[in-house]
Amino acid sequence: MFSKVLIANRGEIARRIIRTCDKLGIDTVAVYSEADAESLHVKEATESYCIGKPPVAQSYLNIDAIIEVAKKSGAQAIHPGYGLLSENANFAKRVEDAGLVFIGPTSDVIQAMGSKIEARKTMELAGVPIIQGVNDPIANVDEAVKTSEDIGYPVMLKASAGGGGIGMQLVDSEDELRKAFEGNQKRAQSFFGDGTMFIEKYIDQPHHVEVQVLADKHGNVVPVFERECSIQRRNQKVVEEAPSPFISEETRQKMLNAAVDAAKHIGYTNAGTIEFLVDSQQNFYFLEMNTRLQVEHPVTEEITGLDLVEQQLKVANGETLAFTRESLNRNGHSIEVRIYAENPITFFPSPGKITHLQLPKGDGIRHEVAIGSGSVVTPFYDPMIGKLIVFGQTRSEACVKLADALRNYVIEGIQTNIPMLLDIVTHPQFIEGVTTTKFVEEYYLSK
Amino acid sequence: MTIVKATMAGTVWKVLVQEGEQVEAGQDVVILESMKMEIPIATEVAGTVKRIIAAEGDFINSDDDLVEIE
Repeated sequence: MFSKVLIANRGEIARRIIRTCDKLGIDTVAVYSEADAESLHVKEATESYCIGKPPVAQSYLNIDAIIEVAKKSGAQAIHPGYGLLSENANFAKRVEDAGLVFIGPTSDVIQAMGSKIEARKTMELAGVPIIQGVNDPIANVDEAVKTSEDIGYPVMLKASAGGGGIGMQLVDSEDELRKAFEGNQKRAQSFFGDGTMFIEKYIDQPHHVEVQVLADKHGNVVPVFERECSIQRRNQKVVEEAPSPFISEETRQKMLNAAVDAAKHIGYTNAGTIEFLVDSQQNFYFLEMNTRLQVEHPVTEEITGLDLVEQQLKVANGETLAFTRESLNRNGHSIEVRIYAENPITFFPSPGKITHLQLPKGDGIRHEVAIGSGSVVTPFYDPMIGKLIVFGQTRSEACVKLADALRNYVIEGIQTNIPMLLDIVTHPQFIEGVTTTKFVEEYYLSK
Repeated sequence: MTIVKATMAGTVWKVLVQEGEQVEAGQDVVILESMKMEIPIATEVAGTVKRIIAAEGDFINSDDDLVEIE
């Protein structure tokens, strides 16, 4: 096993990775921006190096600086976490070229899945169902109008390089499309440096269900069940759970099969997630592949007992998976909510100083946070400041625990989405387990 | 004279108006970027843009001056 690993990330996920490294006796190297000098991940790592100014382009996205620290500190491998450089094929390539191990798939695979249009074509070849749409970039708004007429409204306008909902919009008519096209193209260009757009048919009443896979370097691919992440705001996940309360056992097995086919077809290694949309008739369609650890990985850990970061480190080290699809069992139900520093009604960010923090404790309650009393939430990074994860023997037990924990979650000094989360998890639709990706819009915002 | 102020800390992503331009109440004059989100800032009064105080790329704190309207 590696003796020293560099973590090219910040916040709760950096702390999460450090925790598993500590368990395995691996030294950790943290990198940080000037804004994060007092952060917990910086204090908890074995060694820490400041790599630049607060904006991510000058620190957490500075590939040269990160590789230089890895070499200087003697780290053998780099864990990219999620977001930031985690799905940057150039970064993975630079790590490989520097003679270091990238804890994730190879740079070629990241490249292949990084373009949503290319991923559509690849998945079609792998025999995985894709949404009706185009496999070529849409050059301009007139072409977009023509394509949408062929497909039939409503359609989803999407950025090929997109993520986190940026550059994506549901469009009901030609009029709307003409208004939406250029803005989304510009946004994609500005955020991802690539304004390539494409169009897919809109799936009505969709559930977002994704399959976790683990794949070693010896050709073994194990699906680690699914997660349902239908509750989203601004196209970003807010509540995630495992198993999905919506899909049947038959659909589950079909989706796990499709995920294994997809991973094998592209030569995937390490932990990855294949996202699907599932319609009301339980038909499922490939959405995208995330070639990294997911934010919501803890719910899978809770129902399987696996430590996914440990599995990532072992696979990166060349070890064979110690379990198979047949030997892997799940037990109980787990739900995660993302705590965002934001206004619970407008979703506008709420940076500031946390004057008081008191986390609820109890059986089956897990926290992944990067904050404490006195922490400052800066405007430079993502508004997610923590995750609350609960486990119960049944889904209803997990729902009750989650609502209790949210009621006892004390955070002062900034606004958070906790009131909204509490509304969601106590809503009859959620308790029944039939929520779609439209839930927040239909049931919460219309109140 | 009215000063349009930032409602939160962030970076000035875009200045949407020019000096001398007529603006209406409720019109967005600046877009801030904070926590990876675009935040439009509107003027509460109608008038002429007298001075652009914040430049694109500037880091600003909550309540900092952005645009002066006359």
